[in-house]
Amino acid sequence: MPLVKQGRITTDLFVHVADGAELPGDGAILISAARFLEDPEAILKRAGKAGVIWPNSRAVDDLVPYLDRLAAVALVFPTFRDGRAYSQARLLRERHGYEGELRAIGQILRDQFVFMSRAGFDAFEVKKDADADAFAETMKRYSVFYQPTGDGRVTALNRRMQLRHSESAGQ
Amino acid sequence: MYAYDELDRTLINERVSEFRDQVKRRLSGELTEDEFKILRLQNGVYLQLHAYMFRVAIPYGTLSSKQLRRLAHVARRYDRGYGHFTTRQNIQFNWIKLAELPDALAELADVGIHAMQTSGNNMRNVTSDQWAGVAPGEVEDPRIWSEILRQHTTLHPEFSFLPRKFKIAITASEHDRAAIKIHDIGLRLHKNADGETGFEVLVGGGLGRTPFIAKTIKPFVHGRDILSYVEAILRVYNQYGRRDNIYKARIKILVHELGIEKFAREVEEEWKLMGDVGLTLDHSAIEEVRSRFSYPAYEKLPHMPDELKQAAADPLFERWRKNSVAPHKVQGYSIVTLSLKPVGGPPGDATADQMDAVADLADKYSFGEIRVGHEQNLALPHVAKRDLPQLWRALDRLGLATPNVNLVTDIIACPGLDYCSLANARSIPIAQELTRRFANHDTADMIGRLHINISGCINACGHHHVGHIGILGVEKNGEEFYQITIGGRADENAQMGVLIGPAVPYAEVADVIEDIVEAYLALRDRPEELFVDTVKRLGVEPFKERVYATR
Repeated sequence: MPLVKQGRITTDLFVHVADGAELPGDGAILISAARFLEDPEAILKRAGKAGVIWPNSRAVDDLVPYLDRLAAVALVFPTFRDGRAYSQARLLRERHGYEGELRAIGQILRDQFVFMSRAGFDAFEVKKDADADAFAETMKRYSVFYQPTGDGRVTALNRRMQLRHSESAGQ
Repeated sequence: MYAYDELDRTLINERVSEFRDQVKRRLSGELTEDEFKILRLQNGVYLQLHAYMFRVAIPYGTLSSKQLRRLAHVARRYDRGYGHFTTRQNIQFNWIKLAELPDALAELADVGIHAMQTSGNNMRNVTSDQWAGVAPGEVEDPRIWSEILRQHTTLHPEFSFLPRKFKIAITASEHDRAAIKIHDIGLRLHKNADGETGFEVLVGGGLGRTPFIAKTIKPFVHGRDILSYVEAILRVYNQYGRRDNIYKARIKILVHELGIEKFAREVEEEWKLMGDVGLTLDHSAIEEVRSRFSYPAYEKLPHMPDELKQAAADPLFERWRKNSVAPHKVQGYSIVTLSLKPVGGPPGDATADQMDAVADLADKYSFGEIRVGHEQNLALPHVAKRDLPQLWRALDRLGLATPNVNLVTDIIACPGLDYCSLANARSIPIAQELTRRFANHDTADMIGRLHINISGCINACGHHHVGHIGILGVEKNGEEFYQITIGGRADENAQMGVLIGPAVPYAEVADVIEDIVEAYLALRDRPEELFVDTVKRLGVEPFKERVYATR
């Protein structure tokens, strides 16, 4: 399953470690929320980056105390019609100021890339190679956005207001 | 009319390109039908009994003549020469070919029409009063706010994969023509004591198998805060709405399970935490949207022109005028409803030729503007009274002057088993038979206001719960049966109808309805007492007795 990060297909430096499996001594790991919450300090003190897979049925509040020490948070789309993780992503980025990698995992198709990027995701475990290959092109599908999110894209309304302002300034 | 600017046009063209890619991937097999299903539903494409059905949005029910002509063209070029207007200000085409859909969408996009989010589990077409901007006594034009919400809900990055569909309706009149109390969010525009514009926000209304009337969650949300407040409701719903059972996934169930007070607290807390996230609408932002609406340059005309006085001698004209013509906020003008409920016809259908002709009449008599109401009729919103006689003659030739607006034959019906893969029973033939039974316009006039709503299954697309008489198709041992309710209403006093007794077979439905109407005529205490008021006064018992005594 290809990983798209910062706009291109990259090697995944994080190792998914299953619950119960032994943790590697160093290197970046991605573990379940349950395992992480058993002993967060031990995980965070370990040599190597830590990332947590957070379920979409649990409020992100419990993760907030650790955000500045986590290298990655992976949010889950069990099917692409289940959109709970979009809210979690926006809360992590916009309310809690999380700046690390925010990864989308599960059933990820190209048709969600723009939505996910707008909600704050910057890494994607993409289901199909063809969709991963089409990432850059797909991200160019839209140039107009109606809603403000934390992604910094200028909204249609702001563009209109700017246009008005420059028009009236020119008179 | 709202005029799209370059940004609106760009966005819908980008959506067409995206959908073209999705269809291409489906046709090549790159997308499975399961994957494609969600994507096509996001764009109004259903797979029905015989073909794909394509639902196109008519935001807050406003169309230009150019747009209506383009809908006629799509009906002719891509469908079978007609379209069906729905109860949520959409139009449906029933015989679309998948491979041709992107081209049809592109042609619609040319005139600023889209099909975004007309189905699927997302925020649907924002609907409003079809008389918005012209009804006397309106607080202000709700279309400004409808358009603000249309833009905000379109391709929303957080709320495009909700637990279930989500419908918003707005009214700005005392008399609610937008049925806001049966919507997921209903917004009633009003002014506070300081004269500031805001909304009473209602939440959790909806029909289907578990019907609820919406409850007030906040009596006044200032206009500048409406987007952030709606966003807070949606965020609570997106996270906590049930996803384990499709029949319990609407927000009405969440509101019901939590109770309105607890739900309101959750929303309030989220709203406070949200803080300033760029959603506050300052005056200039609202004015920016308002400035894109154009209003007709009305003439100063007499209240009672000579043309109208002369035409009053024609009883057929007078009957139509009294039935289908409503007061306008500007002296000398009227709002004219065009009945899409001809005797013997399927409710809400219009042929491509009719659409073209209505577009021409709109250009001639209504400043090029047409409205679509949830009752599945059209309206011309700015007709000079002096033009009413000529307009009537033209409409009559087109079969669009049936004087039955709000009467017993102005039936709301879903497509039913004739088209729909969800239906248990037929709706359209029941409606057609009822229009024949009550074809005598004098009788219908004498009966007075009476709304019959028919749904072919429990999903309630025909809004049967809120019909004065509601007819619900069910299946019993492979046969079509119909449950009858009475006393429902969808207006500001919305309530659910009450079942009168056991379901009756297809062949008996029209007889039963006739019995109910006859009982009403005998029971009403004066001719002005409406059917629904008689039911309220007497309850269902006398009607039940009448219907079941001989069955």
